[in-house]
Amino acid sequence: MVGPKGGITGTAWKFGDNIDTDAIIPGKYLVLNSSQDLAKHAFENVRPNFAHQVIKGDIVVAGENFGCGSSREHAPLALRDKVSIVIARSFARIFFRNAINIGLPVVECDTTEIEDGDILHVDLEKGSIYDETNKKEYAITPFPPFIKNIIEAGGLVEYVKSGTQLEKRERRETETDLSW
Amino acid sequence: MKYFYTFFACYESGLRVVFCMRGKSSMGQTISEKIFSKSVGRAVKAGDFVEAAIDVAMIHDITGPLAVKTLYEITDRVWDPTKVIMLFDHQVPADSIDAAVNHLELRKFAKRQGILNYDVQEGVCHQVMVEKGHVLPGELVIGADSHTCTYGALGAFATGVGSTDMGVALASGKLWFKVPETLTFDINGRLGRRVYAKDLILTIVGDIGINGATYQACEFRGDTVKHMDIANRMTVCNMAIEMGGKTGIIAPDETTATFLEERAIGGDFALRSDDDATKVVRRYAATEMVPMVAKPHQVDNVVPVTDVEGQHVDQVFIGSCTNGRYEDLKAAAELLEGETVARGVRMIIIPASRTEYQKALKTGLMDIFTDSGALVEAPCCGPCMGGSFGLLGPGEVGLSTSNRNFVGRQGSPGASVYLCSPATAAASAIGGEITDPRSH
Ligand code: SF4
Repeated sequence: MVGPKGGITGTAWKFGDNIDTDAIIPGKYLVLNSSQDLAKHAFENVRPNFAHQVIKGDIVVAGENFGCGSSREHAPLALRDKVSIVIARSFARIFFRNAINIGLPVVECDTTEIEDGDILHVDLEKGSIYDETNKKEYAITPFPPFIKNIIEAGGLVEYVKSGTQLEKRERRETETDLSW
Repeated sequence: MKYFYTFFACYESGLRVVFCMRGKSSMGQTISEKIFSKSVGRAVKAGDFVEAAIDVAMIHDITGPLAVKTLYEITDRVWDPTKVIMLFDHQVPADSIDAAVNHLELRKFAKRQGILNYDVQEGVCHQVMVEKGHVLPGELVIGADSHTCTYGALGAFATGVGSTDMGVALASGKLWFKVPETLTFDINGRLGRRVYAKDLILTIVGDIGINGATYQACEFRGDTVKHMDIANRMTVCNMAIEMGGKTGIIAPDETTATFLEERAIGGDFALRSDDDATKVVRRYAATEMVPMVAKPHQVDNVVPVTDVEGQHVDQVFIGSCTNGRYEDLKAAAELLEGETVARGVRMIIIPASRTEYQKALKTGLMDIFTDSGALVEAPCCGPCMGGSFGLLGPGEVGLSTSNRNFVGRQGSPGASVYLCSPATAAASAIGGEITDPRSH
């Protein structure tokens, strides 16, 4: 996973507006709970070649309202293993939260001029995206500090574990028949 | 503008200093801001990032497993087993071995944690949460499902979260939120004959757009809403998420109190948004509304039914958390009585819960449905999310009373789904094509 301070370089997969969670991962795969299994079916209905051809580090670029629809965390999970970052003009609320929470970087940026196959360099620290293909630079909308803290911790679970807000609970032995 | 005085008494090094502040009151608060303020323990306003205490949390068979996994990464006990409700509705009864395994694991989890698990018996999560009295006005409720916003029908702030959020909430009883702005919908007048709450909310979604209320609380008010029963208010709040809304919410009133009387104790029935807190108001005249249909493949692609009349349908589905209640079934039965489903059309009717199923059974609606040739299934999500039975094949056209029509939502990515009210669905099942219910 790419930390917020590191630069990200990858090839753009361009999508349109209002890409919903059913498009990202169809409902029939929601019985799967691992990111590896889910990744095999990412964008299956709308871009059947995506799952086979995506290379680790590639970047998903989209228009408005990416990830609208259901609360399925399976959607960002299906992307997290291969996709280094999702760049969209705007995100749907639950998808945005879910992505941040599981440590999939997501940034808002005007993506109108970015095209499929463009090589992008994302510098989260500087707050910019450089499109090597069309030689243009775009500014990223910065995160509010609260969200930045979650990203820097590596996701919500890590944030909560490291934080003070969780009252320390006596941890009992986890029973052994637990398969997840 | 209200003015108020605040006195702070402060003792420091034996010296008593009294501050007297006189000034404009801070702006009033919306219902949503009031609920968050109560939950956080101080006055908060839209835009604030807060960590709020959760009153109730709901998990189901699809999103539950990941939430539990997250919980166990943090701790091994839920923060308060009495505040967590579990049930299975999406793949019920288990329709694959994977689904059966998820159910098994969740059953074990519920037992170990002492959580109330309705299992496969009761029906669709959102209907069950409301009808069993798990939600009260003024509460902050989360569900691992985007249509959790439905509970706003009772004046709760209820919102859908992902599995990591849910896992963290299960562990700590708290969750971070950005307190939302409120978008107010003021709807007045009487809905016409065969025009329903579904047509009203489809009109609004079509107007606002799939992205138009992102991150905002959608508050519905006006005399049209005032005269709606809880079933119809649920239909309205259910679809707030289809505009990107964080929740749908309706101020509690006598209708809410009567509904909850036999179901639960407590709740803040005096909750109102202060006048000066309401910023953006969109007004609608219910009298002008007509039966509406959302065309494929986006929920805001809404047109009057007359625009798509004659469109052939292969399958008609009446059910879901949007329109699977007794009131919906009754509206459909009024049209289906003495009629038969057109040849070549499959009609699937699924009551949203066991209670609604029994009401329909006892009042003879089931006879009407089965006489007409419809298939009646036991309470569950059914074809709504395309993960279970009743799927559409390539090239097929479905008409559905549910809330989403994205590509592949009800089966094949080559299928098309239209959304409508139960009355429009029934009229269309009889005609074999999309039909204006007012023609019956
Ligand atoms: S009925 Fe449909 S929208 Fe409602 S909870 Fe079930 S799958 Fe989701």
